[in-house]
Amino acid sequence: MSSEVIDKITAHAKNIYRDIKVRTKPIMSSPIRALSNVRYDLEEGFFDLKGNMKSRTLSATTVKTFAQTLKMMSLSKEIIETKDIATKREAYYVSKNWGDARFNEQPESDTVMDDIEAMLGINREKLGFIPEEKGGDIAGKLIVIDKNPDNGKEIKIDCTKFGSGAYSIPSSVEELKFETDAEFILAIETAGMFQRLVKHNYWKKANCILISMGGVPTRACRRFIRRLSDDKNLPVLVFTDGDFYGYFNIYRTLKVGSGNAAHINKYFCVPNAKFIGITPQDIIEYKLPTHPLKDIDIKRGKDALKNDPFVHHHKPWQKAIKQQTELKARAEQQALAKWGLNFVVDTYLPEKLKKRDTWLP
Amino acid sequence: MTEVTLDLDTFNSAPVEAPVQPPKEPEQPKKELKAHEMAKKQRDISIAEFFEKNRHLLGFDNKRKALLTTIKEAVDNSLDACDEAGILPDLEIVITDMGNDRYRISIEDNGPGIVKAQVPKIFAKLLYGSKFHSLKQSRGQQGIGISASVMYGQLTTGRPAKIISKIGPGHQAYFCELKIDTQKNKPDIVSEGEKEWTKDHGTRVEIDLEGTYLKGHQSVDEYLKQTAIVNPHSTIIYVNPKGEQIIFPRATEVHPKMPAEIKPHPYGVELGMLIKMLTWTASKTVKHFLQTEFSRVGNKPADEILEKSFIPAKTKPGKITREMAEKIIEAIRTTKIMAPPSDCISPIGSELLEKGLKKEINAEFYTSITRPPSVYRGNPFIIEAALAYGGTIKAEGSIGIMRFANKVPLLYQQGSCATTESIAKTSWRSYGLQQSGGNLPQGPCIVLIHIASVWVPFTSEAKEALAHYPEIIKEVKLAIQELGRSLYKYVAKKKKVSDELKKRSYIEKYIPSIAEALKDLIAYSDVEEKEVIKHLEIMLEQDRGQIEELKFDPTKNKEFDAEFASIGKEENNDEDVEGDDNE
Repeated sequence: MSSEVIDKITAHAKNIYRDIKVRTKPIMSSPIRALSNVRYDLEEGFFDLKGNMKSRTLSATTVKTFAQTLKMMSLSKEIIETKDIATKREAYYVSKNWGDARFNEQPESDTVMDDIEAMLGINREKLGFIPEEKGGDIAGKLIVIDKNPDNGKEIKIDCTKFGSGAYSIPSSVEELKFETDAEFILAIETAGMFQRLVKHNYWKKANCILISMGGVPTRACRRFIRRLSDDKNLPVLVFTDGDFYGYFNIYRTLKVGSGNAAHINKYFCVPNAKFIGITPQDIIEYKLPTHPLKDIDIKRGKDALKNDPFVHHHKPWQKAIKQQTELKARAEQQALAKWGLNFVVDTYLPEKLKKRDTWLP
Repeated sequence: MTEVTLDLDTFNSAPVEAPVQPPKEPEQPKKELKAHEMAKKQRDISIAEFFEKNRHLLGFDNKRKALLTTIKEAVDNSLDACDEAGILPDLEIVITDMGNDRYRISIEDNGPGIVKAQVPKIFAKLLYGSKFHSLKQSRGQQGIGISASVMYGQLTTGRPAKIISKIGPGHQAYFCELKIDTQKNKPDIVSEGEKEWTKDHGTRVEIDLEGTYLKGHQSVDEYLKQTAIVNPHSTIIYVNPKGEQIIFPRATEVHPKMPAEIKPHPYGVELGMLIKMLTWTASKTVKHFLQTEFSRVGNKPADEILEKSFIPAKTKPGKITREMAEKIIEAIRTTKIMAPPSDCISPIGSELLEKGLKKEINAEFYTSITRPPSVYRGNPFIIEAALAYGGTIKAEGSIGIMRFANKVPLLYQQGSCATTESIAKTSWRSYGLQQSGGNLPQGPCIVLIHIASVWVPFTSEAKEALAHYPEIIKEVKLAIQELGRSLYKYVAKKKKVSDELKKRSYIEKYIPSIAEALKDLIAYSDVEEKEVIKHLEIMLEQDRGQIEELKFDPTKNKEFDAEFASIGKEENNDEDVEGDDNE
């Protein structure tokens, strides 16, 4: 696995070296990472690249990026060879040793990292670079099988035994194994809602695994859900706020990936995820207290209708966007508390789970 | 007298004594008496007396400026006289420190000299001169300057001015000591006589006055240097009070174009002037008067003017009433009359201006322009401008401005000058200089502006700032815009070159990193690493081509004269720097 990555890196480096030796200006190319360069195919289940590439030929204007990209590739190789990892921030600090080629700000090094990822077609984690943020929280009927960092022996982590706390998804999830007899995975947008469900042992009642995404799910979280779902053949249900941010930035990214990370969506999507709420119809039926939509929300809805291949593919989502735009309102998960603090546990979720026709694809 | 005093006393005390009593008879005679009393005090104010009290109007506001003004008036007269006589001017100026803030100044020229009868009037009668009534480009205009200087010297030191003048080799020189009778505005000849003088012809003036000599900005030194810049056909030898002799040698043997005298253009004539001209004229008919006393009034316009004002062509000028004159003025306004001839103006020439600037300032870039003639209020004028950029010019603060009018440097009142307004109103940002609001632009730049005209409109008799005529402001702006465009070309080119140099250094900076990273990635040898660097350098640098060297080279400007440039730029540490009204 890791030697495969090193081979890819060195193959790229050799191509560049060969070009330089015959005085041909080397070119680095990577797919364009944007929503405009993805297509959505229901069979595949995720945003895939259309194939538009951006090429960078070595010149006075690209010489700095060229140097930085090669230095970053060399750092990756070193990390893999020593079986180490580096956070994105650490990689940025390592660059401070690179003399003139150093990065001034972390976003610069993040971009170069993303470019390498896209150029090699290998996700960042495999290159040895891990994100700073933690992946997400788990509670419920799941045993995660990990390895002890000291001796490599297996350890079993029972996610029912964290009391009012939770198990944290590690930044690298590739080597994890699972044991479970749960019926489904419930991915929740907010930590607050997750806390409520944990407190009332909702996972026991519904026989499920609860995952808190804490906003837009991290790559590790997405990969974790994908692997768990694939391994144990579990359906994934997603529970977010009733707004465009919840529908697209969170749910759509989890299910089919994003435009910016299109080159790695293949590994990070969860194609069998379904959206159970809060839908615009829920806002009406449950008479939820709302906030007015801001101009930026309305714009986000319009953009989704116009540019999002996922929305283009799913009529129910188009209907939902239009419905919400007409409502001119959005509702948070916590708005269910209007009907009692445990309304979500006792009424909303059981009802929604029964009525599959209220879900969105 | 006594009576009056008594009455006045009564008058003054009346309200206190008896406030209830109605006013009584004595009031009336009192009023009459008061008018008589006042009448005793009312009398002619001589022009000399007026200026004695208002010396600031003539540029004698303070001691430092007084010294400069005196030198300036004498030098202006000498250069004018030489130019008119077709003589290449040789001037010698000496300032001697006499102690107690007193200075003796002498200015000697090789001009045509002044005939004996005229000497006292020229030097000791205000508003006496040859230039006021003629429309001809000259340095002096009003006939006030030199006599005002004589008066100032007399007021501050009590000493008369000493004049020597000789009109040719066969003549004796005339010598006199002059004072001004300020009440009558008449010369008072203290002594006079004939004298041997080795010079073939010329004039020498010596005035004692109270003044302050300081070097630096707005000094006599600076004034004479700038005079030399715009009068390259003259030699000026100058000895300052510190005994230092400075010689500004003649830079060209070519005489400047002789400016021709022109008649006033009708568009510039006002009612009062017209009435005066009607009384002076020798013409027998008003039509003849219009045709001979004005420029550009031929048969047709003369007829048109008279037809419009319902005045028969054969009317005698003396019979024209004020009302009729007013009608003539109105008729002139609606009659189409050709612009005045402009060959009467003698510009310095853009080449000489630029040459002068090069001598004074070591910059990277110079440009200059002479605009075509234009007209304000019937007076033709020409604007010339030159610009120096970069090099040793200071980059901080506002740009420098050098102003000249009819070849005379203007050192004071920059802020209220029309040229300054034109510069501030020009948008310099598009020419590569910084500028905020309607202020002067900032940057390493010096702009020189010269106006040549048959009549230069100053804001005051001190002749320090140009009046704000829209036509003049517009012409200055047009000249500056033209300079600005060439400046921009240079600034843009310079930026391109510096960008290119930056790019090249950029390339050099990152090539080693590429070679090093590749070495880490594919583990090649040091020799190969060097090879990679070589290949990369060849690939990236050689196809960028040659670039023009635009770095400032202080030795490139062959005209630059460091010693010359330093004159008038000395730091002034004296505390009593008065009258520096710039900025």
